[in-house]
Amino acid sequence: MCAVSMRTRNNVTVTGREEGPTLLLAHGFGCDQNLWRLVVPELARRYRVVLFDHTGAGRSDLSAWTPERYGSLDGYADDVLAICHELDLRDVVLVGHSVSAMIAVLAANREPDRFAKLVLLTPSPCYVDDGDYRGGFSRADIDELLAALESNYLGWSATMAPVIMGNPDRPELGEELTNSFCRTDPAIARVFARVTFLSDNRADLAKVTVPTLILECANDAIAPPEVGRFTHEQIPGSTLVTLNATGHCPQLSAPEATAEAITAFASGQ
Amino acid sequence: MCEDHPGPGGQESAAPEFSALLEDSAEDLYEHAPCGYLSTLLDGTIAKINTTLLGWLGYEREDVVGRRRFAELLTVGGRIYHETHFAPLLRMQGELGGVAFELKAADGSRLPVLVTSTVKTGTDGQAQLIRTTIFDARDRRAYEQELLRAREEAERERDRVQRLARTLQQTLLPPALAEVPGVQVAAYYHPASADEVGGDFYDLFPLTGDTWGFFLGDVSGKGAAAAVVTSLARYTLRAAAVHDPDPATVLDRLNTVLHHEYRGSDPRYCTVVQGHLRPGGDGAAVTLATGGHPPALLIRADGTSAFVPVPGGQLVGALPRARFATADVLLHPGDTLLLYTDGLTEARTQGRDRYSEEQLQEYLADLAPTTAPAVITAVTGLLAGFGDGVEDDTALLALGIPLPGGDRP
Repeated sequence: MCAVSMRTRNNVTVTGREEGPTLLLAHGFGCDQNLWRLVVPELARRYRVVLFDHTGAGRSDLSAWTPERYGSLDGYADDVLAICHELDLRDVVLVGHSVSAMIAVLAANREPDRFAKLVLLTPSPCYVDDGDYRGGFSRADIDELLAALESNYLGWSATMAPVIMGNPDRPELGEELTNSFCRTDPAIARVFARVTFLSDNRADLAKVTVPTLILECANDAIAPPEVGRFTHEQIPGSTLVTLNATGHCPQLSAPEATAEAITAFASGQ
Repeated sequence: MCEDHPGPGGQESAAPEFSALLEDSAEDLYEHAPCGYLSTLLDGTIAKINTTLLGWLGYEREDVVGRRRFAELLTVGGRIYHETHFAPLLRMQGELGGVAFELKAADGSRLPVLVTSTVKTGTDGQAQLIRTTIFDARDRRAYEQELLRAREEAERERDRVQRLARTLQQTLLPPALAEVPGVQVAAYYHPASADEVGGDFYDLFPLTGDTWGFFLGDVSGKGAAAAVVTSLARYTLRAAAVHDPDPATVLDRLNTVLHHEYRGSDPRYCTVVQGHLRPGGDGAAVTLATGGHPPALLIRADGTSAFVPVPGGQLVGALPRARFATADVLLHPGDTLLLYTDGLTEARTQGRDRYSEEQLQEYLADLAPTTAPAVITAVTGLLAGFGDGVEDDTALLALGIPLPGGDRP
């Protein structure tokens, strides 16, 4: 069988200044590239901005998703590298939000020469408490999250499944999909939730050689300040910037400050 | 409203019923509405909350207003869902409805609720605050739990059926094909459904010292009833071939058995290619008989190809006396003979047309000189490309003579 283009598989969008340096934006668990919509206009003035949906999210090719390949963050890191190869992206500033911060770390550790800089937006190398380490959550909390996902997908499967699965005979369903963000197949969301919240990437932080910015929020229930500090201490030579923002998605709650911080670090000011 | 349309005597007669309603102030309605009301700043800090919700939670107003964020009223798992799904979507869409959460009350108890939020914007279009309505969803959640349980039960049941079908299918296919000296063999089975046993079958087995028997066929229908016929057809063909290896005689026996077993209201029949194979010199002699089956495809080493014409060949089991004749084929180095069922040649292609025997011939002739495994790999790839277009089971059996010195020249 022929190889599927990553462009199609991951719904890659390229925008911004064609000759500008490349910013590759990787979204986190729970949404798709739409999450960047408030910062893209500002970033696009200076950079070539490359956006994509992780396999299994947004408008990616869901048939390419398998629980084996995407049962660990390595599968997602492979995709990031494959996108870089296919688009021949070089000196990339890779911005990873939430779980994609660790996907970015894995990708940059695998091919450090490909990346100029890393921006880890509200990262956490490990969400579950472990000995002295405080990730903020227990195993039981994560099971509770899976139950929350389950109860919110109850009415979903029957009506949305044919849309998500691609239904060429009923294009009007596709139309409906474009108007609703962040729809995910429940089976995929379940696996992604597990991978996101049960991965432990603490040991990968010390191996980062690419200049790294850690961008956290002052009030973030998912990635609390001690986790940001831990990440900063473990990544050699990293910079920590705390945004005066609330929540886990500063690109939505404080888009100007987020774009400004990314720009300042990416352009080396 | 009454004031706008004072009908003759209308206002007077309606007044007693409406007076209680008119005294119900908006403030009282807000505080004691049959649902929870909550307003927060954009960062989630609670700015206003109604008495109903405070009652559900068991908090005093001063415990929460200005002190807590909405997400802090949720279970930890719900809070993660709120931060990763609810809050971002609300920001992007301006509203979000019917989301299931559990509230944590002051006494630690949990209250299942359905939450709807809208973002209030000022005249300048800037978001100002978030308004949230909360409905008690205890009954609904209990009902949903029942649905979930029923769904899980159904999924388990489906797994069981699939396992059963898979196991039964395996007993109808040979665990391994016999090895024939000087001949490469390869086979593939593609079940159209995971829930049902298919009706296709094949086998390759030793007969006498220098002869091997083989067959490939397709029983009408699918499921358990077809599996019974498949099983009967398989052991009849094998037993008959040992008794008299002539393929036409073997098909004649199967015809008699099927017609005898299944005459009456439930006729069962099948299409079969039956043959034997005798390696010799640098190739092998093949004798084929077919009963109502698509013709075998021969791909020669020099790139020519042809369907093997077999005279006669009526459906097996349909008529009391069917006629079967045989054809002989000599396989030389680099030649491959492919047997297949109509699941392949009747598959719908991307353009929704049926794939045809001619297209198959054209596709495979390009591979020449080829090998049995290479042909099976090529056809398997073809089937994968058809995806859902393969509506029926497909069985493939390829016999080939390797070229001296490797797979490909």
